[in-house]
Amino acid sequence: MSNTNRKIWAYRRENGRVGVRNYVAILPVDDISNAACEAVANNIKGTIALPHAYGRLQFGEDLELHFRTMIGTGANPNVAACIVIGIEPGWTQRIVEGIAKTGKPVAGFWIEGNGDIATIAAASRKAKEFVHATSGQVRVECDISELWVAAKCGESDTTTGLASCPTVGNMYDKLVPAGLYGCFGETSELTGAEHLAAARAVSPEIRDKFMKTWQSYQDDVIEAHKTSDLSESQPTKGNIAGGLTTIEEKALGNLEKIGKKVKFIDVLEPAEAPARGPGLYFMDTSSAAAECCTLQAAAGYVIHIFPTGQGNVIGNPIMPVIKVTGNPRTVRLMPEHIDVDVSGVVRREMTIDQAGDALIDCIAHTANGRLTAAEALGHVEFVMTKLYRSA
Amino acid sequence: MSVPQLLVHDHKDNVGVVVVEGLKAGTDMLCVITEDNSDFHLTSRHDVPIGHKVALVDLKVGDTVIKYGQDIGKVVAPIARGEHVHVHNLKTKRW
Repeated sequence: MSNTNRKIWAYRRENGRVGVRNYVAILPVDDISNAACEAVANNIKGTIALPHAYGRLQFGEDLELHFRTMIGTGANPNVAACIVIGIEPGWTQRIVEGIAKTGKPVAGFWIEGNGDIATIAAASRKAKEFVHATSGQVRVECDISELWVAAKCGESDTTTGLASCPTVGNMYDKLVPAGLYGCFGETSELTGAEHLAAARAVSPEIRDKFMKTWQSYQDDVIEAHKTSDLSESQPTKGNIAGGLTTIEEKALGNLEKIGKKVKFIDVLEPAEAPARGPGLYFMDTSSAAAECCTLQAAAGYVIHIFPTGQGNVIGNPIMPVIKVTGNPRTVRLMPEHIDVDVSGVVRREMTIDQAGDALIDCIAHTANGRLTAAEALGHVEFVMTKLYRSA
Repeated sequence: MSVPQLLVHDHKDNVGVVVVEGLKAGTDMLCVITEDNSDFHLTSRHDVPIGHKVALVDLKVGDTVIKYGQDIGKVVAPIARGEHVHVHNLKTKRW
């Protein structure tokens, strides 16, 4: 069997999507409901709380992004069932109804008029019911190409562009034509390679949509707020320590993640679910690892590939994050964080094609249930993107 | 093929990347162009950390540094062939 039509063992959800984990998520609508969610997760084993910092007094596009992220996280196929807890019923119910469209078990609870203790008691009973309903679910045979696999690189260095990002690109060139959904983002970090990214759009319409999105990030975020050339932020101090000097150099390495052949078929808003069928998508995201991963998981991606040079340790609570590095020093100093070692590429002992196959092997094992390094080490970074200050 | 000390992405590039730890000044580096696996030799003029760049040609202030066959910024201090290229002599043209 070739790598592109191999089988995996995963969870087939009510809506037909394929999940690789089986979480009962306890999702706070807002920051002040974190304590109740964490109490429920402490009471009922087999559940996971997803505390975060926002959800109050947001408005407009920023509020819509909040709802999209919350609903998308609960709807992710790696979540078998979901408890939603908010301070009041209105926004809580909106999130419950959004998640319920997937057909999965979901229930909402609110604290005003009930207090934390009664809310925690009621939500804990429902969470225990959900654990019993879902924890015995059996994995079924699925095609690897049914997965939705996102990518983002971090603490990049020059080996990222030589080895780990081309490895991801090779995987996309092999699996996207077979039916995989892919995703790359990091709008600001394509600066210097935006012309090459634009050339990989599937049509003039999508190319224009990409350039408009990229230019808007330059004008509204970078140019509007910068106080310098962003040295030590983009590239980061870690990037610079690893030998990257300019944003252009970093962007060109970053873009190696989309391979040599595959075209991207749409430009997504942050946390927007892809809707044009199988293929590679670009999502408008920050280049900060936790923010980008959280948005991609909320869009429905079930596995994340994270090429790193200097050794970013990021994880996500609901989406396994697979670390790939081509830096022999990072393999030597931080081996517990690395899932796929492609440092053989810089020694010319391994081809990019072989590295891509090694990554596909790791994706299959991860889909089957192998914990990633970040999962084993307890990395559950869940970070909402906020577009502007609350009202 | 023995293990190279320096990798170059593209024939148009004027810098390469050190891919071994502890590279010392004066090392006769085996340099491989990954585009087609062709190789050449170059002597490093500095101790250069793994991942950092070395100039393949003499570069003067205002020159464009090319990597991946693309513009990665401008030279802001003179750089001789074999010398370390980084934030002290290369700057972005953006932002």
